[in-house]
Amino acid sequence: MLYILKTALELGLLYALVPMALFMSYRVLDIADLTTDGCFVLGAAVSVQMAAAGYPIPGLFLAMLAGSCAGFVTAFLHTRMKVPSILAGIITNTGLYTINLMVMGWTSNVSLLKKSTVFSMFKKLTFLGDWYAATLAFLIVATVSALLMAFLSTRLGLSIRATGDNIDMVRASSINPTFTITVGLCLANAMTALSGAMVGQYQKTVDINGGTGIVVIGLACLIIGETVLGRRSIKKGVIAAVIGSIVYRVIYAVCLYTKVIPVEFLKLLTAAIVAIAIAFPALKKMVLFQKRKSAHTSGRRFVKSKTVPAEADGSGKGEK
Amino acid sequence: MLEIKDISVTFNPGSPDEKKALDKFSLKLEDGDFVTIIGSNGAGKSTLFNAVAGSFYVDEGSIFLGGQDITFLEEHKRSRIIGRMFQDPLKGTAPSMTIEENLALAYLRSAEGTNPFSHISGRDKQIFREKLSMLGMGLEDRMKHPVGLLSGGQRQALTLLMATLVTPKLLLLDEHTAALDPATAEKVIELTRQIVGENHITCMMITHNMQQAVEIGNRTFLMADGKLVYDVKGPEREGLTVEDLLEKFKSGTGKALDNDRMLLS
Repeated sequence: MLYILKTALELGLLYALVPMALFMSYRVLDIADLTTDGCFVLGAAVSVQMAAAGYPIPGLFLAMLAGSCAGFVTAFLHTRMKVPSILAGIITNTGLYTINLMVMGWTSNVSLLKKSTVFSMFKKLTFLGDWYAATLAFLIVATVSALLMAFLSTRLGLSIRATGDNIDMVRASSINPTFTITVGLCLANAMTALSGAMVGQYQKTVDINGGTGIVVIGLACLIIGETVLGRRSIKKGVIAAVIGSIVYRVIYAVCLYTKVIPVEFLKLLTAAIVAIAIAFPALKKMVLFQKRKSAHTSGRRFVKSKTVPAEADGSGKGEK
Repeated sequence: MLEIKDISVTFNPGSPDEKKALDKFSLKLEDGDFVTIIGSNGAGKSTLFNAVAGSFYVDEGSIFLGGQDITFLEEHKRSRIIGRMFQDPLKGTAPSMTIEENLALAYLRSAEGTNPFSHISGRDKQIFREKLSMLGMGLEDRMKHPVGLLSGGQRQALTLLMATLVTPKLLLLDEHTAALDPATAEKVIELTRQIVGENHITCMMITHNMQQAVEIGNRTFLMADGKLVYDVKGPEREGLTVEDLLEKFKSGTGKALDNDRMLLS
């Protein structure tokens, strides 16, 4: 059991930068960035190839650079070419498939056999026993979180937040939304690629389809984290991404271990979590409206107090 | 200060919805002028402001501000020297960010050349606090609160402060009190007068309140069909009444002033 939790913690930390990237793009900038799937594989491919060539640490940085280039393409399409943001992400994502194959040497799978990775290097350097991977992942995630929090309260960070918060205001102030959206998406995708880079070196392999659905999983993590922590400040949001990611992997591990829910169902469940969480305000409104409607049609005031709660309960169950 | 030469703006050109919003429009403002603008629906008042602020580029003509040709200057660059306020109090501030952070954004205007990675300094906060206390709304003690919690009037007063925090060369007010209740509107107008007067800001204000139009500022423009019908200034402006204004409009355009939101008193 401890082994399972350890693995869940490791994976949660390794993947935590994906929900953090989505926090940046989806929550801060209010753009659903679908570059994520391809960008994750791009990061993994660059880092694994670099590790194969004997440069695991530069591999992480190069992966971030590659990721931010992908973000730049999406941002360029969206801001300069006026492609709707979702479509811009899908276009970049599709193009990345070929780029990723190219990086991987035109094969769909690359493995690192006995090459050293950042994890094996860290293991040799320290005496943490089995916890080396979780520790390294934690250090990287903690550094990125701290940098991101500090960045979002700088002048540039404030401008990026304002862009997602009130684009009308930004247009009337001296902020250039093209610039802030571009910086924001480059940063978000650098984080996604870094996550991919860590996962690639941790698993010592990269698969061309390794990123499928990762954007929805990332959103689910973010939503889970926000449910736990609440959704108020920037600091909470960043921490929520990390916590959500760990909780998600624990749920995943528990499913895998106990078989309460077959693992094959997990993507469907993840999709449902995201859909329901995002639909929640609309569902709530619908329930309230039904309550009002049934209160209205039930007519006479003196029976209202009797009938309404019963009917409201019924409609509430119906929504679920 | 501001000089506009023969600008034209046409919306949906070549379609059945073609609308000439500004037609060879020219004006010249002196340094420190405070102009009130009134006109019928669709007279081109807001289009004029958008053209000056750079929301779109004019089809022809040119715009100069402080001797600089800004005809093709991008909107975000113009907003370094032009402050703007809209009718909707929600438009001018970022709701999920704090009062302090909003002011810091407005302060960026003066920040050309400063490090984009720098944080709000203690000195900046002191300046914000002093400026906020000028509003007399107690906002200086709520600097860490998100702006979304403020009332419409408070948000509009804050927007006014943000638009003038770094003194602009030109201030554009587009019915900025129209969405407020009368008492709050009066307060915001008073603040506007005070801030514009103290900083000697050149200002244009669109209003649908005729009384405001003749009382505030030193000059009044009447607009109709994308043209400047009347420019009242100097001795003629002093002692101008609402009746005079209506009369002038009628003699200038041949029709009565037709604005469904116009307040005559």
